[in-house]
Amino acid sequence: MAADVSLFQIFMDGVFIKNFLIIQFLGLCSFVGVTKDTKSAAGMSGAVIFVMALAATVSYLIYSFVLIPLKLEFLSLISFIVVIAALVQLVEFVVRKNIPSLYRSLGIYLPLITTNCAVLGVVLLNVLNEYSFIQSVVFGVAAGIGYTIVMLMMSGIRERSTLVSVPSSVRGLPQAFFIATMLSMAFVNYFGVIPL
Amino acid sequence: MNALSEFIRGITKDNPIFGLVLGLCPTLAVTTSIENAIGMSAGTAFVLICSNLLISALRKQIPPSVRLPIFILIIATFVSIVEMVMKAYFPPMYAALGVFIPLIVVNCIIIGRAEAYANKNNMFYSLIDALGSSTGFLLVLVLIGGIRELLGTGQIVTFGVQIIQLPINPITYMILSPGAFLTIGVLMAIVNYRKAKKLARGG
Repeated sequence: MAADVSLFQIFMDGVFIKNFLIIQFLGLCSFVGVTKDTKSAAGMSGAVIFVMALAATVSYLIYSFVLIPLKLEFLSLISFIVVIAALVQLVEFVVRKNIPSLYRSLGIYLPLITTNCAVLGVVLLNVLNEYSFIQSVVFGVAAGIGYTIVMLMMSGIRERSTLVSVPSSVRGLPQAFFIATMLSMAFVNYFGVIPL
Repeated sequence: MNALSEFIRGITKDNPIFGLVLGLCPTLAVTTSIENAIGMSAGTAFVLICSNLLISALRKQIPPSVRLPIFILIIATFVSIVEMVMKAYFPPMYAALGVFIPLIVVNCIIIGRAEAYANKNNMFYSLIDALGSSTGFLLVLVLIGGIRELLGTGQIVTFGVQIIQLPINPITYMILSPGAFLTIGVLMAIVNYRKAKKLARGG
């Protein structure tokens, strides 16, 4: 059981040490796809934090109160996918009805999240690490914050690097990967900084 | 359309990684060694072939408006099978690949091929397409895994057999995440360069 892991450590894990984008390579499609400008990166990150926290909460409840009592653990993957898809739809309806301004800024990013492996990753890692309810929620929020930090850094650097002159075959994706190399070099060193 | 050209297309023009840029997460995460790369591509290939066949067989029955949820459920079923089989028969491989086995479910390659190909073509060509894409995926993963393992540990050991050893000081960064980004960045730049050259020759 992971009951002895402190909440602070789980938070730091989610944000830095096991950063989803750069250390664990979860959600890379949005990492290279949506970071061309800071505005859309911020929109996507907002939507991801929101859905990650919700998905971590709901999937914990479903896993421990529906699947385990009924001995249906082998259905966990299928039910998590359905839960996330339903959750994204629900969030879309609620936000569109009640907060139209937020819907306009998040709108197009919400459907993308269903197939974002970062969200499913949070849910699966929670089960794998046997986190309790509070720990699951904290890990979900922390992973969302870590995602946001990296997305904003990446989009800021990419926005400025469009002005740099590079060979035509490096322009675009290869350049984004080189920037990611530099960022991940910084993040990898967190392994040693925070003692575990 | 002939079967051979459909197969080759999955490796070259529509290569999942360099042609379509789909499924980056497993490509970078599990390529710390050739062994992991082969295990991951085997799992993905099984799911891709089975889901392409089943979706192609059911393509006239699936109502277009709900096709995506149905695709995802079909894929999730096959992924659960892979997960259970790997857990039971290849525990070390399962431990090394970890959370990325269940994450095959959201791998864009599989749903991309289902949507773009299996939904429109018959079972035979869907099978060929799945085989081609899986081979393309396998080759890229083994290439990246080989480069990272060789530079990161100084040797390549696959299934207990040492294939090659380099007299270098291992660059640990190549096994960690920076190496993954660097390798795919360099490879992608080379592919772009060759494409541009081919275009300039008028080919």
